[in-house]
Amino acid sequence: MTDDLIDGLYREGAPIRDTKAPSGPIEQRWSKRQFEAKLVNPANRRKLSVIVVGTGLAGGAAAATLGEQGYQVSAFCYQDSPRRAHSIAAQGGMNAAKNYKGDGDSVYRLFYDTVKGGDYRARESNVYRLAEVSSNIIDQCVAQGVPFAREYGGLLDNRSFGGVQVSRTFYARGQTGQQLLIGAYQALQRQVAEGTVTMYSRHEMLELIVVDGRARGIIVRDMVSGEVETHLADAVVLATGGYGNVFFLSTNAMGCNVTATWRAHRKGAYFGNPCFTQIHPTCIPVAGEHQSKLTLMSESLRNDGRIWVPKKAEDRNKDPRQIPEEDRDYYLERIYPAFGNLVPRDIASRAAKYQCDAGKGVGPGGLGVYLDFSEVIGRVGRDTVSARYGNLFDMYKQITGEDPYEVPMRIYPAVHYTMGGLWVDYDLQSSIPGLFVAGEANFSDHGANRLGASALMQGLSDGYFVLPNTIRDYLASGPYPAVDESAPEVVEAKKSVTSRIEQFLNSKGTRTVDSYHRELGHIMWEYCGMSRNREGLLTAVDRIRTLRKEYWSNVKVLGENEQINQSLERAGRVADFLELGELMCIDALHRRESCGGHFREESQTEDGEAERRDEEFAYAAAWEWGGEDSSPVLHKEDLVYEFIELKQRSYK
Amino acid sequence: MKITVKVWRQTGPEAPGKLVSYQLDDVSPDMSFLEMLDVLNENLATSGEEPIAFDSDCREGICGMCGLMINGSAHGPLRTTTCQLHMRSFSDGETITIEPWRAEPFKVLRDLIVDRGAFDRIISAGGFVSVNTGSAPEAHSTLVPKVNADRAFDTAACIGCGACVAACPNAAAMLFLGAKVTHLGELPQGQPERDSRVVKMLNQHDHEGFGGCTNVGACADACPKEIPLDVISQLNQDLRRAMVKGY
Ligand SMILES: Cc1cc2nc3c(=O)[nH]c(=O)nc-3n(C[C@H](O)[C@H](O)[C@H](O)COP(=O)(O)OP(=O)(O)OC[C@H]3O[C@@H](n4cnc5c(N)ncnc54)[C@H](O)[C@@H]3O)c2cc1C
Ligand code: SF4
Ligand code: FES
Repeated sequence: MTDDLIDGLYREGAPIRDTKAPSGPIEQRWSKRQFEAKLVNPANRRKLSVIVVGTGLAGGAAAATLGEQGYQVSAFCYQDSPRRAHSIAAQGGMNAAKNYKGDGDSVYRLFYDTVKGGDYRARESNVYRLAEVSSNIIDQCVAQGVPFAREYGGLLDNRSFGGVQVSRTFYARGQTGQQLLIGAYQALQRQVAEGTVTMYSRHEMLELIVVDGRARGIIVRDMVSGEVETHLADAVVLATGGYGNVFFLSTNAMGCNVTATWRAHRKGAYFGNPCFTQIHPTCIPVAGEHQSKLTLMSESLRNDGRIWVPKKAEDRNKDPRQIPEEDRDYYLERIYPAFGNLVPRDIASRAAKYQCDAGKGVGPGGLGVYLDFSEVIGRVGRDTVSARYGNLFDMYKQITGEDPYEVPMRIYPAVHYTMGGLWVDYDLQSSIPGLFVAGEANFSDHGANRLGASALMQGLSDGYFVLPNTIRDYLASGPYPAVDESAPEVVEAKKSVTSRIEQFLNSKGTRTVDSYHRELGHIMWEYCGMSRNREGLLTAVDRIRTLRKEYWSNVKVLGENEQINQSLERAGRVADFLELGELMCIDALHRRESCGGHFREESQTEDGEAERRDEEFAYAAAWEWGGEDSSPVLHKEDLVYEFIELKQRSYK
Repeated sequence: MKITVKVWRQTGPEAPGKLVSYQLDDVSPDMSFLEMLDVLNENLATSGEEPIAFDSDCREGICGMCGLMINGSAHGPLRTTTCQLHMRSFSDGETITIEPWRAEPFKVLRDLIVDRGAFDRIISAGGFVSVNTGSAPEAHSTLVPKVNADRAFDTAACIGCGACVAACPNAAAMLFLGAKVTHLGELPQGQPERDSRVVKMLNQHDHEGFGGCTNVGACADACPKEIPLDVISQLNQDLRRAMVKGY
């Protein structure tokens, strides 16, 4: 099927044939790669420098480990301390194939579940490695003093999570991300004391430096003094997290951005599957126009809560307790009798949207569904429910002012995670030699949908175990010629940053940065959110282009550069989101199939379920920046399944 | 709701600061405290006045980035983080005074933003277990009694926000310090460095200019993560033990 209009929006380039994954039995590939990767003599390591942007699980772990190994590391984050990266907000837990419960788990099963969960759009070799390394992560974290939940006998406790049938999720109450991050942070601070890592907090990366085709440094702005600084190194790692804030409202932190990866994209790094976004079904609904972010309520609530909407639209403003049982529609239990309220995230989210679209949504704006605990409270008692979910109920009450013990919770889906990110090979190296990408910032392991409790695993696997092994191969293949601040590429990179800052500060516009960000968010949510179609996506591309044009002529940024200037910080981030948003829509347009979190209305089965089209779309889309006024170039990387058979998911 | 806020404005670390009053006429009780400030900032920016600088990131009460003195209390009237406070905790017509953390080692950088780098340096001094990546033994090779694991968790819940310091009349960071010493001290993995850890961290604490503890307890009252006051006794106990051993 050719489609002139869409073809006009992008071009197609050469396919990607080699991802550098070794061949052979899947369980030997990672050992083989580690063995083949060249070594760096310990005495030479301190002469080699690595920049790590981001200190979340991926970046914090990588910087600490590279420091321990003796490299000269510079680490950067935009918060006031590396301990505050958004990894801190992860609640549920982290998967690892330890099989401590003896319930039939194995590396192979975790590998299988992750590939299937990703709706067959991830690479087998990478995912297998992730599952293989998962158990080392637990060992490492326990040794660091991460206080995982334990049983009375002193062994580590596990729970099952996200609908899988084995208990392989390690957790630290509802604060697993926090505890894992504190572990990585402490390891990092230890290296800071050792002098192997220099930490730059409140520094934002605004440009990548590429010299002779290799990543050689970054331009950052000191967010306190405003100084624009150049940092050079032998290799650069980006571990800058996800870009869900392109939707304005998401469960991400206020500062989460795409700037670091987008700047690298514009310098030649391919962007992989940008439209793959995960929308989480259980978030607290929007309360009003003032809303600045959305709060996730742990998925575990779906184990006991029953989701429903009124059968009759006219009941939607009634007190839910007054709506009799026969007038309620427990739609997930009705449509998916086998899995009921525990269907995967993408399915639960879409089903909620359909109910609200049909006018049955509850709460402000009709954008909410009930998550009701009255049945379980009646069955096991309030105290048991409180022991299971007390902290979540308290949090809900604090935010909404309503008591979920008395009235059903209201929930609605929200943007939560981005599976897309910079394209990387098996070594986590991007299409720019010397530029490595780790954690949520890369596109690698989750395909079109991420399973619960697997992002923490990926961040730590990339940071502690994968990167330190693959980056040494790159460094050992040097030395790369010295670069100094006067090199034309460096001067040009710095100049582009300062002139962009000046442009913002000199534009005498009338609208605030946030007002543009909000508008972009509305467009993305409406047309590139839970359900997408050709016409809507074309509209979105058009509207984003118009908005972007207006932005550059009418945005208003007060203050100066030489001080803390939060409007200026946001202005740069929103400018990049305005470009990314367009690419996400183009990616969503070109993928005329439904898979995982990407639902194209044109590609569904008779009963409205997502329909994958493997013959046409079993590939990863790696987008090359086409230039300021040209369309992006698509490079396809075919996904070959040697071990797992492709099947349509079914939860009925 | 109509609200008047008196906000500390200061353009830079060396500049003088003062409280400036602003009116908000249309505050919803469902707004978070920081969303109220967002709205005020949008109004200011639209009218050509520079927005108020304040720190926040996760807005879920977990990253520790936010932190304001609200009517003289660290994080305001409830025992929670500033970002988890909602306007329904205030009444219509109220005047709210908003200031940055006040403590010698926390320099004001701009408006409501302070420098908490001292906390990172205290952790660097000894708040870790020295174990390089890849050298860890199998996780189940050491059992940890549940009571110890639970107490380690309770104290590891510190988010490094600095409210304890801001609340303390002496600007001591003993609750923060005690939390880390107790977290690692409860676990077998933390034992080998237990004595040196407490001494090094305390030296760094004093070096940064934090004050001494006089058992006021204001820190624990202000702590959004309910770090118990007895971590400070644990800290003193560990310190005595280390001194006896000659550290
Ligand atoms: C609310 C929530 C709950 C979650 N729960 C779970 C869960 O239970 N289990 C699970 O497995 N996953 C969960 N996830 C997903 C998981 O937490 C994240 O995907 C993962 O932690 C990301 O880690 P990271 O290291 O890649 O990035 P982050 O932790 O986001 O770190 C990004 C780093 O990059 C820095 N940075 C960003 N941009 C710049 C720039 N331009 N210049 C300088 N520095 C920059 C930041 O300062 C930060 O240090 C959850 C996510 C959210 C939002
Ligand atoms: S001890 Fe409490 S108040 Fe002090 S920094 Fe930690 S969380 Fe904040
Ligand atoms: S903003 Fe993260 S704790 Fe308040």
